[in-house]
Amino acid sequence: MLRFLVGRLISIVLTVWAISFVAFAIIQLPPGDYLTAYMAELSAQGERVSPAELEALRRQYSLGDPFLVQYWKWISGILAHGDFGSSFEWKRPVTELIWGRLGNSILLEGLAVLVMWLVALPIGIYAAVRKYSLGDYLATVFGFLGLAVPNFLFALVLMYLTYVWFGTTLGGLFSPAFERAHWSLPRLWDFLTYAWAPIIVLATAGTAQLIRIMRANLLDELKKPYVTTARSKGLPEWKVIVKYPVRVALNPLVSTIGWLLPTLVSSSVIVSVVMNLPTAGPLLLRSLTSQDMYLAGTIIMLLGVLTVIGTLISDLILAWLDPRIRHGGAR
Amino acid sequence: MTAEALTEDTAPPEIKRSQESQAALMWRRFRQHRLAVWSLWIVGLFYFIALFAEFLAPFEPSAYNPRYTYAAPQGIHFIDRDEEGNWTFRPFVYGYKSEIDPAALRRTFVVDRDVKHPINFFVEAEPYRLLGIIPMDVKLFGTTERRAPLYILGADRLGRDLLSRLIHGTRISLSIGLIGVVLSLVFGVIIGGFSGYYGGWFDSVVQRVIEFIRSLPTIPLWLGLAAALPRDWSSLQTYFAITVILSLVGWTELARVVRGRFLALRTEDFVTAARLDGASDWRVITRHMVPNFMSHIIAAATLAIPGMILAETALSFLGLGLQAPIVSWGTLLQEAQNIRTLASAPWLLLPGVAVVVAILALNFLGDGLRDAADPYGR
Amino acid sequence: MPQTPMADRPLLKIEDVEIAFSSPDEADIVAVRQVDLALGPGKTLCLVGESGCGKSVTARAVLHLNDQNAVISRGRILFSPPGDETVDIAALKSDSLAMRKIRGNQIAMIFQEPMSSLSPVHTVGDQIDEMITLHEGLKPREARERTVSLLDQVGVPGPRERADSYPFQLSGGLRQRAMIAMALACKPALLIADEPTTALDVTTQAQILDLLKELQEDYGMAMLFITHDLGVVAEIADEVAVMYLGDVVEQGNVFDVFRAPRHPYTQALMRSIPTIARKKERQRLSPIKGTVPSAKDRPEGCAFTSRCPYAFEPCAGTKPDRAPLGNHVARCHLLTESARKNEVPA
Repeated sequence: MLRFLVGRLISIVLTVWAISFVAFAIIQLPPGDYLTAYMAELSAQGERVSPAELEALRRQYSLGDPFLVQYWKWISGILAHGDFGSSFEWKRPVTELIWGRLGNSILLEGLAVLVMWLVALPIGIYAAVRKYSLGDYLATVFGFLGLAVPNFLFALVLMYLTYVWFGTTLGGLFSPAFERAHWSLPRLWDFLTYAWAPIIVLATAGTAQLIRIMRANLLDELKKPYVTTARSKGLPEWKVIVKYPVRVALNPLVSTIGWLLPTLVSSSVIVSVVMNLPTAGPLLLRSLTSQDMYLAGTIIMLLGVLTVIGTLISDLILAWLDPRIRHGGAR
Repeated sequence: MTAEALTEDTAPPEIKRSQESQAALMWRRFRQHRLAVWSLWIVGLFYFIALFAEFLAPFEPSAYNPRYTYAAPQGIHFIDRDEEGNWTFRPFVYGYKSEIDPAALRRTFVVDRDVKHPINFFVEAEPYRLLGIIPMDVKLFGTTERRAPLYILGADRLGRDLLSRLIHGTRISLSIGLIGVVLSLVFGVIIGGFSGYYGGWFDSVVQRVIEFIRSLPTIPLWLGLAAALPRDWSSLQTYFAITVILSLVGWTELARVVRGRFLALRTEDFVTAARLDGASDWRVITRHMVPNFMSHIIAAATLAIPGMILAETALSFLGLGLQAPIVSWGTLLQEAQNIRTLASAPWLLLPGVAVVVAILALNFLGDGLRDAADPYGR
Repeated sequence: MPQTPMADRPLLKIEDVEIAFSSPDEADIVAVRQVDLALGPGKTLCLVGESGCGKSVTARAVLHLNDQNAVISRGRILFSPPGDETVDIAALKSDSLAMRKIRGNQIAMIFQEPMSSLSPVHTVGDQIDEMITLHEGLKPREARERTVSLLDQVGVPGPRERADSYPFQLSGGLRQRAMIAMALACKPALLIADEPTTALDVTTQAQILDLLKELQEDYGMAMLFITHDLGVVAEIADEVAVMYLGDVVEQGNVFDVFRAPRHPYTQALMRSIPTIARKKERQRLSPIKGTVPSAKDRPEGCAFTSRCPYAFEPCAGTKPDRAPLGNHVARCHLLTESARKNEVPA
């Protein structure tokens, strides 16, 4: 178990480092930098900046340095005192801008994962145990729709329908009164009245996939002899299924979190833009278009790190669930 | 145990099969998957539309008419009563009359049942070039009356015909999926092939890289890359740049499949035999291994197209993919981003239906091909 | 049959049982037809036959463990546990309380694959404990004590530690011993063993067989033993029933059946066993001609018709009756015919 943990941690440190490098490289790609974009904007408005002033700004943000030097300054700032640089556009440290929004992202995605499991598990079990029943077919159809409907389209349709039927516009995560309040029960309630829609949108695709996987896994497991053994003990049928094949079928399902999370983080970006949610997504889009490099780089990196941590958690759950992994047993 | 043995015994006798060619076997297997056969037709239809977009679409995608902004879909009617009162086949559309919405104080278009505009087939049109090559001056259908409105699926904010734009968008969206997959396939086959055939340190490095790329959330990555494209690039340049960006992630899945097949085949006896006969690596790969997993690769590639289409749609929808003059399903859906626009012109969501149908059909087709690729399996 | 309590009433009596498998696409397949078996308390009955002959299906039917699409379409399975009423198991529902009370408690079962028959994600101890807590309502700690002594009894070294191991950490022989410990946990009156030694290597096979015989004496339980290995039958059985494609073709005292097999199939089976003999006396092994047809192609009459060297007119059309032959019975037209003509078949 210890060796498993240490190995995992090492690979995570390496992955996070690679993510930071890739993130920084991507935001360095556009020709020019924030200042040229800024200049173009200013001159479009008829204002002027003196070359000396520009040079001073460039030195302040060390934009003139070679790529590796800039990267080193950025990453050492993060490691040394959690300084992710400053946003050019907002003229504020990146950390101030993102923590709240990143927290919202994590909260939404976490709730979406929870909803996915709570919905997909019973449906998947039902579909496998009652194979070829009406419910099974409905689950299959739902699975295909979840696969084919892009989440932003689903968000649009949901918004359209609630607007037409109830005359309300979905969007945001809080009502203005609670926007900046501290967490409390009323705020939580307020949050939930807003968050249900994005959570449904985010959870649908994943739920559909989890149902398909759970059904397939469980169908495989139900044929295994240990299920007959459990039945021959005299356990009631529901207990036979829940305690044995479902328990075994859960293991591969847990490991799917590894690739479910990147897609979930991806969809939360685009869904947040459509539904105007105060998460990291819209901020990323804005910072990318305005070449606000430290802000964009930090968000890309932290979203990557988020998925890595999520995958680590799923690995740990898997190790806890599956003795064959925990004890390094061969199979 | 016994029950299984019994049911196996009762399977239809498998005689004559060995006399069939591999292709015939696959085709037979494919035809058993009824959804896949249907999907093959649908996908074929989609690509037919993409190929002959200029001929099929009644208008140019950029043709606008400020008189008919946000005109509602007219629908199309096929049966009409002629002068003597007999029912005849004569396609037509109703005209529009404009009304001022008293509540919103906005001009809206209502279908006017009193005016009929007949639709004719193979009507003359402005000269155009099919696929940019073949000069033509006939369109599949249209109205012969000048200035008669023809908005079967409605109009957008500039009075452009949604149907025509959808048809042209089909060409862009489907071709981007196809080209993106071909590109991914090139990367995937080369990298995955080397990795699987030679193994060793190269294989481990490639595996780590693939794992890394697959652990990243794709949309932020794509957004970052797409944002890096220079604004002054031409539409064609952006188009190809976007396909390249999509393939940067897309190749990993195909490389995984290719590598897996290579690893599985490498130890097969017939490959060892070929090698012992003194065949070169190149010959072993091209003559003995590739024909063996070609069908698997085609299936995997088909299954990769929907992902590409979805990605392009998402990027263009966010405004960082294809840009305005290019019409794709994504740029069309971008028009539907605003909820108030959507409420007054819900037909702008129709490109979404095209997306869903195409994705479903390609997925079923891919599933069918994957089953058929392995006609002896299961 | 009147259910009068008798001193030597059979523990398990299978009467005229037919088991059919239904499938949505094809016609029903009758996997087992007209099976009659009887097993006395403390005795061992071996079901022998090739794979696919219906021996496992028959045995599993006793506990309603066949797949959902298998139906006992005819007959009775009478189970008379000592000091208790006789129950017709065939009439019970698979998931009924009455059935579940029999399972594990009065009739226990062990399986062929000790690896896949134990749950991979639960410890061996937990899986045995469950049986005890389920049927006897013991507290977990008491159940574990019983488990450890059971493991000790079936010859698992270091039982207390082994109880905390997972199946993948044990050898095949140990797993099967754990399986046996689990089956014995509630002192069942009948143990059904479905090819328990097939997946083991030869030395372990012998050990497990010895263990089973020993435990059978200790616990006084009856055993329904399924195997395709005639050597195992000779070793362990009191009675034997030979099955071919869903039919019991010959059954009776194991010595009688082995010494003087009367059904052509049993005879052919005996001839296909190699014997150790001096070079001069060696005979060529004669395999049975042809292959087992599928249940769909089985004739209305005797299932062995297509491969029987003595087949004549009535064989394919009518099902032979049971011909009593002293200590055993066989179903063959040759025997019923000869009984009429007072002749002895070759």
